[in-house]
Amino acid sequence: MIIIGAGVVGAACAWYATRAGLRVTVLDRGPVAGGTTGAGEGNLLVSDKPPGPELDLALFSVTLWRALADEIGGFEYQAKGGLVVGRHGPSVEALEKAARGQRAAGAEAVIVPADDLQTYEPYLASDFAGGCYYPQDAQVQPMLAAARLLAATRAAGARVRTGVEVTGLMRSAERVVGVRTAAGDLPAGAVVNAAGTWAGDVAALAGVKVPVSPRRGFILVTEPLPPTVRHKVYAADYVDAVASDDAALQISPVVEGTESGTILIGSSRERVGMDRTLAVDVLRRLAAAAVRLFPMLAGVNAIRAYCGFRPYSPDHLPVIGPDPRAPGLVHACGHEGAGVGLAPATGELVAAALSGQSRPVDPSPFRPERFG
Amino acid sequence: MRPTFAFDGRDLRFQPGQSVGAALVAAGVRSWRTTRRQGRPRGIFCGIGVCFDCLLTVDGRPNVRACMVPAREGMDVRSQDGGGHADPPR
Repeated sequence: MIIIGAGVVGAACAWYATRAGLRVTVLDRGPVAGGTTGAGEGNLLVSDKPPGPELDLALFSVTLWRALADEIGGFEYQAKGGLVVGRHGPSVEALEKAARGQRAAGAEAVIVPADDLQTYEPYLASDFAGGCYYPQDAQVQPMLAAARLLAATRAAGARVRTGVEVTGLMRSAERVVGVRTAAGDLPAGAVVNAAGTWAGDVAALAGVKVPVSPRRGFILVTEPLPPTVRHKVYAADYVDAVASDDAALQISPVVEGTESGTILIGSSRERVGMDRTLAVDVLRRLAAAAVRLFPMLAGVNAIRAYCGFRPYSPDHLPVIGPDPRAPGLVHACGHEGAGVGLAPATGELVAAALSGQSRPVDPSPFRPERFG
Repeated sequence: MRPTFAFDGRDLRFQPGQSVGAALVAAGVRSWRTTRRQGRPRGIFCGIGVCFDCLLTVDGRPNVRACMVPAREGMDVRSQDGGGHADPPR
């Protein structure tokens, strides 16, 4: 089989497919983690997902990440937990209601009263009305994660070819039977579309529609500090921003430390195509929102910023599984901002579909043909 | 008489308009920071504010880029060990 895309989703598909006994070649027109994987924070979040298929997938995926950290490792896996905080009574009540629903769906969630918040985060602003702690939230360094997964997959016999662009698909009647590249035709029993934000273009090569579009986000990076921010910390309105269909700019602060000491400050969302222009006003608003969470950040230098494009799908669910409109083509894309978190579960679903094993979670909500 | 700033307690002369980093290099100082994990020496690398290698402490503020700060009379410049913050800022 051929996997198009050497981001974290393609890497996870390659790992689990190789383990299922399939012969795998990963292609990418750029380098490893050159797209959205290389522009992410490495969030493995349970906390931001309402009960439903994406939460089920996330719960499965966090257990797989823990196993991958043991088995492969080397990608700064931190089971640090997440803390969601609300500034006002109503937002805290909404948070508690959401947590009850998530608990019923199998997630761990602990209500944290206002006077206990600083036990979790000593530098948090003192005017929050309450919050919720999610011990299953975790973090990886996404570029390292993709690279380590691919290295381990190669050691297990797979091939990884970067700088090879897929220009077309080989067909035998309706069936997809390989890819055409500038480096020649590569026949394959199955082709996996793990092209992230560019997955719609790959689908179009097969004449099928997968409506993935870019949703831009910036991340601001501080100078390295001694351990300051312990968890993934974000404000309750983040969940609404993620679930929104609004194309206009939304800012919702997400703050976390990294193993190297830098603090990452997200998140912004806007649908502006693939425009990479540095937006100083967005960075300014990110910084201001982060300072409202952690006032000490006002005295910390921001040293750089980067942007990337989340692969947005219209119903906020990823697109995973064989495409009945183009037999032989399997999708693993459209994860929006959750691709790193959901990558292993996606890889397991793809590997199970291709090797005929039973699916670990119900794949039907993610079926590619649901958009018509 | 050329102006001076203090570098680790000694007077260091500079030309008006020079950056702190340029003045240090002109005075023969090649490194003024150690890396956080392995303690390796660092000084000017890119010289244009991008690489964050030439960090030092200016008037008590750590992690200042030597190549981006104009030298001023009387400023207190210190070499820096590692990340520069012993404790998180308050």
